[in-house]
Amino acid sequence: MASVEHTDSQGLSGEGGVRRRDFINIAAVSFAGVGAVAVVIPLVDQMNPSADVLALASTEVDISSIQPGQAIKTTFRSQPLFVRHLTDKEIAEADKVDVSSLRDPQTLEERTVDGKKQWLITMGVCTHLGCVPLGAGEGENRGEFGGYFCPCHGSSYDTAARIRKGPAPKNLEVPKYSFTSDTAILVG
Amino acid sequence: MSFPWAEHYTPKHPAMQWIDEKLPLPRLVYNAIGAGYPVPRNLNYFWNFGVLAGLALVIQIVTGVIMAMHYGANTLVAFGTVEQTMRDVNAGWLMRYAHANGASFFFIVVYLHIFRGLFYGSYKAPREMVWLLGLVIFLLMMATAFMGYVLPWGQMSYWGAKVITGLFGAIPVVGEPIQTWLLGGFAPGNASLNRFFSLHFLLPFVIAAVVILHIWALHIPGSSNPTGVEVKGPQDTVPFHPYYTAKDGFGVGVFLILFSILLFFAPNYLGHPDNYIEANPLSTPAHIVPEWYFWPFYAILRAFTVDFFFVPAKLLGVLAMFSAILMLFFLPWLDTSPVRSGNYRPTFKKFFWILIVDVLILGYCGGAPAAEPYVMISQVAGAYYFAHFLIILPLISRFERPLPLPGSITESVLNRHNIKGEQDALPGMGADPQPSNAG
Repeated sequence: MASVEHTDSQGLSGEGGVRRRDFINIAAVSFAGVGAVAVVIPLVDQMNPSADVLALASTEVDISSIQPGQAIKTTFRSQPLFVRHLTDKEIAEADKVDVSSLRDPQTLEERTVDGKKQWLITMGVCTHLGCVPLGAGEGENRGEFGGYFCPCHGSSYDTAARIRKGPAPKNLEVPKYSFTSDTAILVG
Repeated sequence: MSFPWAEHYTPKHPAMQWIDEKLPLPRLVYNAIGAGYPVPRNLNYFWNFGVLAGLALVIQIVTGVIMAMHYGANTLVAFGTVEQTMRDVNAGWLMRYAHANGASFFFIVVYLHIFRGLFYGSYKAPREMVWLLGLVIFLLMMATAFMGYVLPWGQMSYWGAKVITGLFGAIPVVGEPIQTWLLGGFAPGNASLNRFFSLHFLLPFVIAAVVILHIWALHIPGSSNPTGVEVKGPQDTVPFHPYYTAKDGFGVGVFLILFSILLFFAPNYLGHPDNYIEANPLSTPAHIVPEWYFWPFYAILRAFTVDFFFVPAKLLGVLAMFSAILMLFFLPWLDTSPVRSGNYRPTFKKFFWILIVDVLILGYCGGAPAAEPYVMISQVAGAYYFAHFLIILPLISRFERPLPLPGSITESVLNRHNIKGEQDALPGMGADPQPSNAG
């Protein structure tokens, strides 16, 4: 043990200073900690969506055959997507609403692309607990505001797919999309 | 293990002596669940449920490992392989029904085990660690059960997975990345199914490991008992084997009879018909409900319908649901009464039964549709649940005047059995310990 003490005394850097052994100890343990964290990163990251899932992250939709008043249900990121061609009456109804009275205040303009106000494109996922609202299919219940109606807990959405009644906190989400031509959109 | 008068393991057969020298595993078993573990002599049948929970875990692991031999964890085939197990695999129907109903029985016995602990104050010093480890097991069980329910890839599986992972989406800022990370996609899919299968296979063995810690922690102070009075001497205990192996054996028989009745005569009674429809991401079942053992917590989740101080109702519901369980981790320090058993706490006893009724009401509301009057009842019952633990229990501990405790376990036993004439002769058998008159 004498030799250890000898080394220690040599490692002293002045009074109350850090011994060389302490420094090496802290440096080694810290570096091992950095290494452990570096190993955890891939272990956690592997659970994120894989490349093939992300490859399906955008969807092209042909909207040429959707007549005013009709809607289609398709999928985007394996979740339902509603593409709806609004009638003039439905647009008027949506514009008539006092925005400040809404739970999630947004105008129809803010929820559609400039100059394409008749195309309402939203996720078909209720913002309450993720059910698929009714109203996109022919003859389905559109609820008391003429938009969408979620059968799970009774949330009603209006013709701009804004939440009007029921437990859902937000309007139906509008995904990122753009018109690639007059009759096609690219979502995602 | 815990008391100096415990019987000693003395192997007689040379082979057993040889093993004992090399790896004293038989000695460990003897001291843990054999004649070497002295147990209070007055345990009632509520003390059966620990062993029954262990049996339920074994049933789940055995049937589960067999089910995994016939299962394909891929969204294209998962539903089909489960149906194939039911129809084509020899005795496959038995394995699957035993596994599904076994989960329900596991929760039944664990809930009774938990309420046993609540009534008899088993969570109090020096057994806090036993209680905390038990809650860890309970949380692991809930995670395992949830993931197992997703595997058949029916409609309830899919939408249950969507709603439950959606809970994490309620967390501000990091919620949605967490949800995507948990699912490995933007909605439940192949990646989710595979990881749930992997973890559903792993977690039961983690539970088994925590069960060993739970028993280890229990055996340091030894088992509690219906009087809550600590063991004072050898006359207060009997060896675990054969006394409690026999008593638990009887309980096991009753358990298996009840299990068989459900398994063979009403195997789908606790299930949902919707789960026999293959998962369809474009169509939601009209009424999404979790399995019955989650209902009280589901009711608390749905009880929040309005935002408070900019905190969205959905997030409040999620926080309340998790708090309902996490709060129990603080129970040993919320109930400060030095008297353990509810039998000697008249005020506590009344509120204990109110709590039981409250939890049953919550369970009923959790299984009912999210409409009035169920939402309002859930709000009241949910508020009471929290009030019981955070307000009522600390107040009772402070103001209640407990009944006089028996001097010892033996004294209470003899009091109960000599009875009639002698009960009057021993008025108010006091708080002070008295010398035992047992042989």
